Order: sequence, then structure tokens, then C-alpha cells
Amino acid sequence: MSQQIGKEKQNIYPLVSSDKEDIAKPKGDRFLKIIVICGVLLFVFSLYQLNIDYTNLWVGTIEFFTMLGEMFPPDFSEWQYVIPAAIESLQVAILGTVIAVVISLVLAFLAAENITTNKLFARTIKGFATLMRVIPTIVWALIFIVAVGLGPLPGVLAIAIHSLGMLIKVFAQSVEEMDGGKIEALKAAGANWFQIIAQGVIPTVFTALLSWTILRLEIDIGESTILGLVGAGGIGWELTRAMRTYDFNSALFITIVIFVMIFSVEMISNRLKLKV
Amino acid sequence: MEPVLKIEHLTKVYPDGTVALSNTSFDVHPGEFVVVIGSSGAGKSTLLRCINLLVEPTEGDVIFKGEKVNQSKSKQVKHIRREIGMVFQNFNLIDRLSVLNNVLHGRLGYTNTIKGSLGIFNKKDIKEAEAILERVGLKQQKYKRADELSGGQMQRVGISRALAQMPRLILADEPIASLDPASSKNIMDHIYNICQEDQLTAIVNLHQVDVALKYATRIIGMQHGQIIFDGHPSQLSDKVIDEIYDTKKPPLVNAQ
Repeated sequence: MSQQIGKEKQNIYPLVSSDKEDIAKPKGDRFLKIIVICGVLLFVFSLYQLNIDYTNLWVGTIEFFTMLGEMFPPDFSEWQYVIPAAIESLQVAILGTVIAVVISLVLAFLAAENITTNKLFARTIKGFATLMRVIPTIVWALIFIVAVGLGPLPGVLAIAIHSLGMLIKVFAQSVEEMDGGKIEALKAAGANWFQIIAQGVIPTVFTALLSWTILRLEIDIGESTILGLVGAGGIGWELTRAMRTYDFNSALFITIVIFVMIFSVEMISNRLKLKV
Repeated sequence: MEPVLKIEHLTKVYPDGTVALSNTSFDVHPGEFVVVIGSSGAGKSTLLRCINLLVEPTEGDVIFKGEKVNQSKSKQVKHIRREIGMVFQNFNLIDRLSVLNNVLHGRLGYTNTIKGSLGIFNKKDIKEAEAILERVGLKQQKYKRADELSGGQMQRVGISRALAQMPRLILADEPIASLDPASSKNIMDHIYNICQEDQLTAIVNLHQVDVALKYATRIIGMQHGQIIFDGHPSQLSDKVIDEIYDTKKPPLVNAQ
């Protein structure tokens, strides 16, 4: 912000540049080169090591289409089980997302470096958020199934925890991107921490928070359908059941339901995003 | 008369070693319109921010109405801050809120936590805020979103927010640096007239010497974190201006 004093008085608005020395070309590219070479080596190594039998690809493709053929026509007869299961998946996703949003709203403000009350606390929260985020939802679901048994509850918990990890990070980032002058202005007016958050920060980052929430809900609906596969309730469970009993016609119907569900959520959320 | 503000041996060294202020002392008396001039990085902003403790001074004291601001507890600091209105170069309004709501932010220091957070202000405050908006000519705009206004209008909201605090002292940090010449004049007139009418004391950071000369009752010239001129505008000679801005070179544009 300021000039070091004691320095020789110098004109800070030079009109003629006086540096005649040629500067060396920066060598920043080398790092990128090493990364690319490592990436290529890793790819070749993996290709060699996994020793994939490519004839399977051809055979598999044929089998896939045979199976698709067998799946037709879809069997709608079990709709009275499938539709409630689909709704359960939706409910799991919504519950999990809402819980995550509420908790992360509190924690994100403590985790954002520019408004936190304690830097160490902020780092700790961010550390926990990373931990929650790097463990996949399905692993969380398996952990919670052990803890609370089968059904929708472990699904809700798994989705809430994993979403929390992401939402704390992105909410805190949105807050950190905010213009510090606005916070300064409210501080200068004598506002306290809660007032600054509620009257200054939230109105400023509101749209960002809303669009992250919608995006997260979208992801969570996708994830909640998968969670059924490990026994955490919902339509995924129906799909596993159908596949295990080779009831491919039912499986196709369930797949169609999942597709319609996710597709319509995406449509609705796109509409919402346009509004914000 | 008792000075409203006393700055004693104020020093600020930033963590990176930059000395923004070094051993600065001066008194400000009620009713003064002090303009601080100096080139970028002379320490003007730091000086202003040390007064309401947005920046914590490294050494020295800021005494506002007989109270040491820099040794107060955080609750007292908030009480002192609400008596010091601040106007910013970038206006710093909350864009998505209404003009009226932004002005009412000046009352947050007087409102309890819950009501303030929810944006519930008492009738008297709202009336007062409306009156202030009328005074700066923005009565028609009170329900508009703050980001719908022009730069000059936004700064008038900024001034209104500061006034809503019922301050004793106004700090303005380059209030016209992001405005066009016409709005600049309008804003300076508003700040000056309001300070005259309400008998407020003001400390204004400015870049433009001609503007400083027009409004100031006292000019402080800063360079490298030190005060190198402090006196009546009439005492400000070209030689001193050259020294403050450190320009031995011919001016960029020859005036007249």
C-alpha cells in the first residue's frame, strides 16, 4: 500500500522506462512438460499392466445388444413398487441436501478466511470438509448401513455428509470472493459479526449459494438412485433386485423411471437457474 | 475548544514490512473540514482506517472524544465506530438490497443483533433514513436496488448511510475517485454542505489538489507515511505541492 520510508526519494510515475537490461525468459513451462510426460507414461503403463483382452469388447458388444433385445418390452406390471421407490429416492436426496445446506450455511461463514472469527478454526472446518468430500457417497452409505441398518436413513446420512463436504467448500469460496470493501463498510458502521453476515454477506452471495444448492440437489438425486444398490433404500434397490432375478423387462422399466426422474430434475433446475 | 480527534505518534507497519504511517500526530477540532492529499501509497487510506480501527495501528494512539480507540474492547470499538461515518471510493453498497435498506445499515450499530440481522429497523430510524435520502435528492429511488443506480447516486447513498449513523465525524476515503467531474462536484458539495449544516467534522482523502483547495478549511499533505504539510489552504504553495506529489517533472497536461 505504501512506500517504504527511508528509501531514496523516487518518482513513482516514471514517464520513460529506464531499464535497458534484457530479462531472462521465464522457465515456467518445464513443470507442465514433466506433468504431461508423466501422464503419458502412466497411461501406457496402465494399459500394459491391466492386460485387457480386447476380443471381449467385441463379444461384449454383441451380448449387450442381445440383452437389450431381451429387455424389450419393458414390464410395467410392478409399478406399484417401483414408483414409491422412485419417490423414496427423491425424498432421500432432498432430505440429505437440505440437511447439508443448513449445516454448511453455518459452517461456511466460519470457514471463509475473510470473515471467520478464528483462522485456525476456519482451517479445521475446511480440513473436515475435505475429508467428507474425498470419501465417496457410496462408501459413506456402507459405513452408515453398518451403523444404523438398511433403509433410507443411511442414504440420507451418506448424502448429507458428502454434500456437506462440497457445500462448505463452495459456499466458503463464494464468500471469500466477495468484495472486502462491503464488509469493511458495515464494520465501519458499527455492525457486529451476525449483522454483517445477515445484512451484507448473504444478500451479496445469495445467487451463488442458490445455484450451488440446485447443482448439488441434481447430483444428489443421481447419487440417491445409486445408493439403493448397496441397500440404502430407493429405486436403486429395485433395480438390483430385478437384475439379480434376471427380470430384465422390469429392469428396463426401472431404468426408464430413473432416466425420466433425473432428466426432469435437470430440466427444472435449468429453468430455476435462469430465474436466479 | 477540545479537539474531537487526537492522533498521537501513530505508526502502522504492515506484516510485509511496509511502513504506511510513521509517527504521525495531529489534532482535529470540531467543525473542521480537513482534506488529506498525497500521492498513491502515501498512507492516506491507512491513516483514515486507523481512526476507526479498520486497520490496527502498530504504535501510537487514536483518541476520539477523549477515549483511546485503539485500547478499547471490541464492544466499545463498535460504539465508537457508529459515531464515525465512513464514505468509500467504491461506495461499498450491498447491491441486491434496496437503497433504503442500505441507508438503514448505518443504524445497525444502534440495533440489536437479531433485529439488525433480520433487517427489522424501528419506525424512527426508517423515517430518519427517508429524510436523509430526501436531503441528498434520492427520495424517488428509495425502493430501487442499489445496483440500479449511477455512480454518483450510489455515492449519495454511501453518504446517506454514513449520515444515518448520526456521526460526530465523517471519514471519506477518496469519495470522488471513481466518479466523473460533474458527479464529483455534486458529491463534494453534498459532503461539504452537510458537514456545514450539521456541524460535522470531516476528514477527506483526495487526489485532486484543486478540489482540496476549494473545500478544505485545512489541508494535510502526506508523503511516505509522514505529514509534510499541515495548514490553511492559502499556505499551500506550488513548491509544497511539488514536494507532496514528488514531481520535479513538468505536469502531464499544462493547465490554462
